[in-house]
Amino acid sequence: MVDTPRNINRKIGLRMWLSGGWLLFLLLATLFAPIISPHDPLAQDLFASRLPPFWMDGYEATYYLGSDSLGRDVLSRILYGAQIALLVALIASTATCVIGATLGVLAGYYGGWVDLVISRLVDIWMAFPPVLFAILLIAVLGTGLTSIIIAIIVIDWTRFCRVIRAETMSQSAMDYVASAKAAGRARFGIMIKEIVPNVLPTIVVLLTLEMGIAVIVEAILSFVNLSISTDFPTWGGMISEGRTSVHQAWWVIVFPLITLFLTVLSFSQLGEGLKDRFDPVLR
Amino acid sequence: MTAFLSIRNLSISLQNGERILRSVNMELARGEVRGLVGESGAGKSMIGKAILGILPRALKIDEGEILFQGKNLLNLNPRELRKEIGANAALIPQDPLTALNPSHRIGRQITNRLVDILGWSKGDAVKRTYDLLDEVRIPDPKRVINSFPHELSGGMRQRILIASAFAAEPKLIIADEPTTALDVTVQKQILNLIGEMQSRHGTTLLFVTHDLGVVSKVCQSLSVLFLGKVIEDTNVFSFFDSPTHPYSKALLAATPKYTDPESDLIPVSEEILNSVKEEVVQLDLEWSNGR
Repeated sequence: MVDTPRNINRKIGLRMWLSGGWLLFLLLATLFAPIISPHDPLAQDLFASRLPPFWMDGYEATYYLGSDSLGRDVLSRILYGAQIALLVALIASTATCVIGATLGVLAGYYGGWVDLVISRLVDIWMAFPPVLFAILLIAVLGTGLTSIIIAIIVIDWTRFCRVIRAETMSQSAMDYVASAKAAGRARFGIMIKEIVPNVLPTIVVLLTLEMGIAVIVEAILSFVNLSISTDFPTWGGMISEGRTSVHQAWWVIVFPLITLFLTVLSFSQLGEGLKDRFDPVLR
Repeated sequence: MTAFLSIRNLSISLQNGERILRSVNMELARGEVRGLVGESGAGKSMIGKAILGILPRALKIDEGEILFQGKNLLNLNPRELRKEIGANAALIPQDPLTALNPSHRIGRQITNRLVDILGWSKGDAVKRTYDLLDEVRIPDPKRVINSFPHELSGGMRQRILIASAFAAEPKLIIADEPTTALDVTVQKQILNLIGEMQSRHGTTLLFVTHDLGVVSKVCQSLSVLFLGKVIEDTNVFSFFDSPTHPYSKALLAATPKYTDPESDLIPVSEEILNSVKEEVVQLDLEWSNGR
């Protein structure tokens, strides 16, 4: 009558390995950028400008992925750029998740005026165009890392709030919640001990998706020069600079783009994989 | 002497004023097994939920009292109610598939309640859980205790819910259609099990169901509910021998006869339904005039 033999130690799977591997690689790159970078990411060398990557004619040693129009090494700039990308991904998405999910659980579980206030706030919030909102915010706060993080939190908490509220409501309607109540558990206790564990898989997936989104938002803001100052390399900044010379030196824009693409993809795939492992029903 | 559980004049309505229960009266003696019968929408589950204090938010109690061991549950504040109900009453829910928390292992779900809410020691709670699983005849309790709900069949889960309901030796158990979600062969086992557990523990049992066959097997007395109104309140023998209300008679006649598969199904006649409905309309009119 126990249906299947228990098999918790399911294989991690290729998807998890690849996405986790790429993110781990980025993390290490971030930590050891000063050691492994072949060049100073800011050093300009006009005699070495627009050098092609290593497999093409005209390649010059140690500029493995070529150089941009000011002669800065693309690989080194990507490695250093990962610092900003990962920092924003981790801090901004975690804060967004905590704020959005907390409000979502409260709204979904308590309902009534709590839900009314939070949901209307979300509705009003979502009526603002997000990019405009971000630009406006940064105009007020000034550029810089903190501003980007705050902008992401302020724009994106509604995404969490909506989804988690709905999930909490559907969990709250389950019989196990009524049973817990009849058994004498207090309302707050039911929320924390019965409902939150069942909403957690959804939160994890949203969190990793949000990390990907945060990386993109940061890139967008760098692209329009609203991120941190141009002194420090960012992927978005590189894409923006590479745009002007795309016909002469495509590598300046393509490599940061590929990195960005792989990173965002890895975050979302990692989230899917984690969900499968977290969710007791799918496990 | 006051009854163990007595419901007096209980009226419940939706926020928009539509009435769900119409001055329901019911008494249960200590150790009694009473069936609460009615078609879907008659409000039978709502009585059970009102007793346990788990009515959906959209419903409000207009008047009446629920006296449980002499205390009116409707006058207690949420904290007192939790204490009173948590220690003395339990629910066997309808759908075993959603009544166990999918995130927690079975053992933890039973013991947590004993430890967190009733203040048992962990060791006692675990021992009690093993005894209970044994009592509801679950093979290999060790494995089941470490399982998640989705790893068990519906019948197993309902056994666990029964075990869990009896865990703290409650004086009152409300079984809300505990066999409806199960297939027929498992239904019989579960019914027998509930009956057996009830007589061994001497628990008072309110058995909510729409199945008269189930009532005849498990219950001593029954209340028939129609349109939120108790139309018959009697013991099982006189009900099946000589029902008094026309609706009850029609219900009994409508029960399919498995011994004679060729016989036609007899629906409850429009005439009877309409006469009760008229009665109810009259009642509601008086009710709204009285406010």
